[in-house]
Amino acid sequence: MDITRRHLILLLPAAAVAWKYVVAGTPEASPNYKISEHWWSMLIDIPKCIGCGSCVRACAQENEVPDGYFRTWIERYHVADWKIERPEVESPNGGKQAFPPNEISGGKNFFVPKLCNHCADSPCTQVCPVGATFVTPDGVVLVDKSYCLGCRYCVQACPYGCRFINPKTSTAEKCTLCYHRITKGLTTACCEVCPTGARQLADLRNPNDPIHEFLKTHTVQVLKPHMATGAKVFYNGMDGSVR
Amino acid sequence: MFKDIEHLIRLAVFIVIAVVAFVVLRAAVVPRSFGQYGHYRGAAISEVAARPIAYAGHEVCEGCHTDVAEQKKQGKHVVVACEACHGALASHADDPTSVTPAKLDTAILCARCHEANSAKPKLFPQVVTADHSGGIACDTCHQPHKPKIEDEKPSAGGKK
Repeated sequence: MDITRRHLILLLPAAAVAWKYVVAGTPEASPNYKISEHWWSMLIDIPKCIGCGSCVRACAQENEVPDGYFRTWIERYHVADWKIERPEVESPNGGKQAFPPNEISGGKNFFVPKLCNHCADSPCTQVCPVGATFVTPDGVVLVDKSYCLGCRYCVQACPYGCRFINPKTSTAEKCTLCYHRITKGLTTACCEVCPTGARQLADLRNPNDPIHEFLKTHTVQVLKPHMATGAKVFYNGMDGSVR
Repeated sequence: MFKDIEHLIRLAVFIVIAVVAFVVLRAAVVPRSFGQYGHYRGAAISEVAARPIAYAGHEVCEGCHTDVAEQKKQGKHVVVACEACHGALASHADDPTSVTPAKLDTAILCARCHEANSAKPKLFPQVVTADHSGGIACDTCHQPHKPKIEDEKPSAGGKK
């Protein structure tokens, strides 16, 4: 059969559509990474945190977090004597420039680093109307920037206040657990720079990860356990006043 | 059998066209990887993973700067990663000649960790910099990679 002009005009758009599907194949960023072999979490050792703000600065630089917004931040708690239900909490500029010396004496003072808890049953992904945020098969909560409408449902749904709308892109943004690093075999930027080892990346699906021994032998808690979010950021030595 | 059967045929044709149009449009509009892992675009995972890194990691630094790595092993700062103080330097690791790290101001840098604060763990070495050094750069006396001063007298100030 001869291909006439009419045939060609009909064929070209079909070929173009077919080609689009051929080139749109999933790009493989880290070829040796098996998504089904990991279940990421983080361990935060509160008695080790010195509130230096290294993690906040590293996170901002690694992920280009805009000024005034935080994917991770540090809070300083002051609990006066028995007032466990009324802690005084401050976080000047997210603790990015460390904390000014506090004059408060008496009571309990300590730092609590916060970040996305990468919940297994995350409230934020459940409310997304377009499937722009999701829990990956390796347990990280991510945002699909090209799908996000910026409706802010997820910002309201997160009980930990870990999400914000990026003022430049107008899409939801949050901690990715440095997904671009952990899939290449590196640790997160915050864990890399933490000078005291207060933050440690952990892989719950790796039987040789020291996290298993730690969880067995320490008093570990997650934030807001009553919310049943399946939070995977474990806090060691956390005071009952922490919200 | 039916009178005016063409009415039904017209309706059937319309429904067939509508269904075909729906299937074709859906295939064209929904990304191919949507639903690969769940109700989201599977390709988004590798798009997030494709981001370039900024922090090289201390193993990369120690590959070249073996002398500093050795020096750090003799002091307490062995646990502190290079980029905790020097900043993100993956660009320097990629191109060591044209990208060079900035000189650091130890008067600000050291105080971030070691300035006394009641919320810090009691065993962590802390000083009140105003009393301890009067604001001069810490590396005037201390070598940051191996901070303990060997002939330090116990009365030199600063609690351990």
